Amino acid sequence: MLEIISERFVYIPIIILMMTGLYVVISTGNLVKRMVGLSLFQTSVSLIYIAVAKVFGGAPPILPEAHGEGYPDGAADSSAGADHAVVQTDHGSQIVEMASDHGSDAGHAAEAVSHAVDAAHATLYSNPLPHVLILTAIVVGVATLAVGLALVVRIREAYGTIEDDALNAADYSVETGGTE
Amino acid sequence: MIDFIASLTPDAIIRHAPVLIVVLPLILAPIAAIIPSGRAGWSISLIGALFVGWMALILFGQVAEHGVIEYAMGGWSAPLGIVYRVDALNLPVLALIGTIGLLCVFYALPTVSDEIDSKQQPLFYSAFLICFAGLLGVTITGDAFNVFVFVEISSLATYALIAMGAGKDRRALTASYNYLILGTIGATFFVIGVGFLYMATGTLNMADMARILAENGHTRVTQAAFAFIVVGLGLKAAMFPLHVWLPNAYANAPSFVTAFLASTATKVAFYALIRFIYGVYHPEDAHFVMMAFTWVFAVVGVIGMLFASVQAVFQTDPRRLLAYSSVAQVGYMMLGLGLGNALGLAAALLHLVNHAIMKGTLFMALGAFGLKFGIRRISDLNGLGRTMPAAAIAFTVAGISLVGVPLTIGFTSKWYLILAVLERGWWWAVAAVIISSLLALAYIARMLAAIWMEDSPQRDGKPVARTRAPWMVLAPMSLLAFANVYFFFNADPLVSMAQRAAAAVMVGH
Repeated sequence: MLEIISERFVYIPIIILMMTGLYVVISTGNLVKRMVGLSLFQTSVSLIYIAVAKVFGGAPPILPEAHGEGYPDGAADSSAGADHAVVQTDHGSQIVEMASDHGSDAGHAAEAVSHAVDAAHATLYSNPLPHVLILTAIVVGVATLAVGLALVVRIREAYGTIEDDALNAADYSVETGGTE
Repeated sequence: MIDFIASLTPDAIIRHAPVLIVVLPLILAPIAAIIPSGRAGWSISLIGALFVGWMALILFGQVAEHGVIEYAMGGWSAPLGIVYRVDALNLPVLALIGTIGLLCVFYALPTVSDEIDSKQQPLFYSAFLICFAGLLGVTITGDAFNVFVFVEISSLATYALIAMGAGKDRRALTASYNYLILGTIGATFFVIGVGFLYMATGTLNMADMARILAENGHTRVTQAAFAFIVVGLGLKAAMFPLHVWLPNAYANAPSFVTAFLASTATKVAFYALIRFIYGVYHPEDAHFVMMAFTWVFAVVGVIGMLFASVQAVFQTDPRRLLAYSSVAQVGYMMLGLGLGNALGLAAALLHLVNHAIMKGTLFMALGAFGLKFGIRRISDLNGLGRTMPAAAIAFTVAGISLVGVPLTIGFTSKWYLILAVLERGWWWAVAAVIISSLLALAYIARMLAAIWMEDSPQRDGKPVARTRAPWMVLAPMSLLAFANVYFFFNADPLVSMAQRAAAAVMVGH
């Protein structure tokens, strides 16, 4: 049991955050606070995705050629070498040979070797896809928050209150034909 | 006709039709927003709707020719890229959205200029186009996360559209706010479910997910994902008991918005549910999906159709009444889905299309009454049969179709539903369908009695002269009302379409 919990430790704060957000949405009568709860709920879902993306021992998912200072002449060659390096990571020595083969002169060959060495370390990448998905989800969340708050502003203009009970009372008086 | 239209269309457009159908309304939306004229906004919406109709026709021809069309977004093929996929299941839904959208745009010009402040009209049409594009996107995409994005695109536009009803009744604002809260919770549940599926399969492409799940079998993660997706999409589809947002939203939105949403939005969510259940999970391999069919969809569908019908009987606002009736109709579709056989799924899909036609007519007719008279209570309908006969006849035809009287499409879909239920031998469900139809008779009869039996409305002591809604309201309304009868006598196109769709998803794996 303890082992299961410790393996999945990251999910515990996420679940707490999620339930807090959902509870705030349900329990509060204040429309702005409800939006805060909703944001919290959405954020916790983003965290699930981000937690899944982490690969233990994985490097940031960046291609090696982007590490160097700009792209000198012959970058195409060295990057080609680095690409091979990513593919054949087990055979470090082979990579160095290949990289020096591909480099057009000594200087570039050295650079290619350094790329290849970087690449050899970075055999394992963290998964970038969930991050991209969550960027989209964050945008959606921001838009939802904006629309929600705009509605709250309009509700306040129309009713003069943002408390749920008072709003229900005002609507009920309309439905029963009473005075507002 | 399709061949003729396709022969006039450039090849590039035919090749990119699956993406253009979504992207063009999306591109037109900001254009409609920046031109400060309601009429220009309307023209742009009309262009968008016509274009979507055109693309839907071309897709019809393409699917008839090739079977399934897959469009790889940006040339990145599946499973890495996003794929748009048109097959026998979503083609009818696309055609439905396109047709209803086009008819509703005609209907929009008179009602929107009546109900919406002229300064807000361009933004209103812009929001409509975004909603339109979002619904089409949900229908056409083959990528699970893409479904979420389009659901949110259409929902955010819907919140704005419903809130536009505030010009007439401020309750539209609270209705929209409540829908926003619930809709966002639903969409977030859905995205949790998609996340779990991604954890289990490592892919977002639905077909690829199905393949990997079939190989690896189901775990608790995929079961949890199923529960989250059903709750999330069920909320969007107004599946009982997740329907609480719907009555207020439909009752207070502008009448054009109600007519459009009632016949498309919940239908699209229901389609997405079918797509996830059959396109990702294989019900015959997954015991828990079969359990869900019986204990969630069938049972909840039956309870929903009875409960919501009873609630509808006691409503005083005609639009709220019809909104509760919509919840009951979703119950029929859920029952059809819950049967778990091809007949049931075909009946559910047939009812999906038929209900869109009926509710579209009913809400359009109510909107037509609303142009001349404020309709907030059933008693406001008194005597309108003499004052506005055309709209009253359309309302009557669609009303009896909703009850399921023979000679209307309501009868056709209930007939097929009952046949499918009998195949499973669920007598209690047959009884529930019949009781719910009788309740429908009760609430429709209340409104029809007010329209035809009561004295016509009085103004200054004498009856109001006979009046007529603008032809742009009458034409789409009459067309839909005619469809209510026409597709009873010529049921074959719709029925065979539903059966083909059901067969395609059932055999697809």
